[in-house]
Amino acid sequence: MQFKLSYLVFVVVLVITACSTRSGDDASSPSDESEYLNNVGSDTMVNLALAWAEQYQDDNPQASISVSGGGSGTGIASLINKTTDVANASRKIKSEEIDNAQQNGIEPVEFVVARDAIAIIVNPENPINELSLQQLSDIYSGKINNWEELGGEDRPIVRLSRETNSGTHVYFLEEVLRLGDNDDKTLFSPDTLLLPSSEVIGAEIRSNPNAIGYDGLGYVTLDMKVVAVADASQQDIKYIFPSPESVNEGTYPIARDLYMYTAGEPVGFVKTYLDWIFSPQAQDIVTQLGFVPVQVQ
Amino acid sequence: MRARRFNSEILITYLIKILGYSAIIFVGLIFYFLISEGFPAIREVSFSEFLKVRWYPIEDYYGILPLLVGSIIVTVGALIIAVPIGLLTAIYIAEIASPTTKEVLKPLVELLGGFPSVVLGFLGLLILSQYLREILALPTGLSALTGALILAGIAIPAIVSISEDALDTVPQSYRDASLALGATEWETIWMVTLPAARSGVLTAIMLGIGRAIGETMVVLMVTGNAPMMPEGLATFINPTRTMTATIAAEMGEVANGSTHYHVLFFIGIILFLIALVVNVTASTFVFRRKKRSERILS
Repeated sequence: MQFKLSYLVFVVVLVITACSTRSGDDASSPSDESEYLNNVGSDTMVNLALAWAEQYQDDNPQASISVSGGGSGTGIASLINKTTDVANASRKIKSEEIDNAQQNGIEPVEFVVARDAIAIIVNPENPINELSLQQLSDIYSGKINNWEELGGEDRPIVRLSRETNSGTHVYFLEEVLRLGDNDDKTLFSPDTLLLPSSEVIGAEIRSNPNAIGYDGLGYVTLDMKVVAVADASQQDIKYIFPSPESVNEGTYPIARDLYMYTAGEPVGFVKTYLDWIFSPQAQDIVTQLGFVPVQVQ
Repeated sequence: MRARRFNSEILITYLIKILGYSAIIFVGLIFYFLISEGFPAIREVSFSEFLKVRWYPIEDYYGILPLLVGSIIVTVGALIIAVPIGLLTAIYIAEIASPTTKEVLKPLVELLGGFPSVVLGFLGLLILSQYLREILALPTGLSALTGALILAGIAIPAIVSISEDALDTVPQSYRDASLALGATEWETIWMVTLPAARSGVLTAIMLGIGRAIGETMVVLMVTGNAPMMPEGLATFINPTRTMTATIAAEMGEVANGSTHYHVLFFIGIILFLIALVVNVTASTFVFRRKKRSERILS
């Protein structure tokens, strides 16, 4: 009995020491000596950040980069809480978040690492080919409820959206629903389905002819139908399909910059990694994933 | 020799006592944590704001009513389906099925209860919601009805296994007495066996309620997460948003200590209180003292 007890104690002590945290885990500043980097934030950018991390680690085996999603809000919150080195965000940092960061002794520095377009997607059977920003705003705020009103079939419109913690959602709210007007208080219609991921949106779009949704260009698959969008407030109304060319030319109305934020000017490994991200090799990966590369300086 | 046994007995009794009380301590600690993180919500957001019908926290709309109603709707819907089916299945397995059938059915029902809920949610999203949309000509299959159906599928195994055990526990003398008095088999089951097992059956139903109202992944994937208030009869086939899905979807983004954070914990308190009420109601039935007549007969 006593022999077994001491054996058990020994095993328990072993397990507890094995579970101790790595010394680099709660670093509040980018670690200069070890090549370890933590990268948290936007779900829109998570595949891109993963592809970058994998490519960089392939080329530099001594580096160790950890990537996770959770939303732009989560990433910036982690940067403020000093639990990450780099925060990915598909929206600009808000002034409240900058205040919070400064109160925590952090000065966020912004880098535009890629561009993204929001594609409006409908079921392939839907006859609609083009919509204006004003029509999109009316659809999503609940003013237009049937596809007939847009020239389509007699079907109710089912609106799909990302969850409120997604940067894509906030971007859509500000640029499409409110047409860029900061004082506008229009909200999504209460029956907008807030779906937890792009895959769920895709599943519903593919099978439901009533559905309309939006998502980053990188997540649109070939079995969805993309709608051309026009900014009807301009004199010369042209409906543009989203593509790398139209985004970089600035002609597609719903396009945005993708950001990486660091705590203060980056030094050491973080600076090395960020410099690499602006290299042609990394920007190629941006293109491969369906985003739009920034102009390399 | 006797002295050593005496010491280890005291030690073991102590250990068991501590472990038993630790359950109370854990619940108390959880409750304390919920209150400390959720109570500031009442100070930061006026109570009337909570009773509004718009839930859009990133713009400071904190109306909890659609979420509460959503949770209640899917739970009630699930129970309307699960309780009759679960109860009748339990009655069949316990009272009517032959021993070989019973040997096969009982483990199968337990197996159904062992499915990870996220798998069922996935199947609901890809298969059930599409069928419902086509069969019922709905705008979308992501609705409260789909959620209720899958929650019923999760609650039924819980209800069946515990009800079946409760029915088994009823002494055979009750059934014999009833049949001897000339009652049919169904009259025996419905009017003698089932009432005798009612404390166990009610526990089973309470467990089903607890599982349904606390289920997160399934409702997150198939109800559409739209915070809508009920609109008459269409309520069941409209999308809805439950409290559990709200916490799961939004807890990741909130900054520690913000109003949104406190409100989410407040929603957690509401869920905790509902679970508490359900469990207290269940235990008053379980721990009721046996009537004198039952003590004599069994």
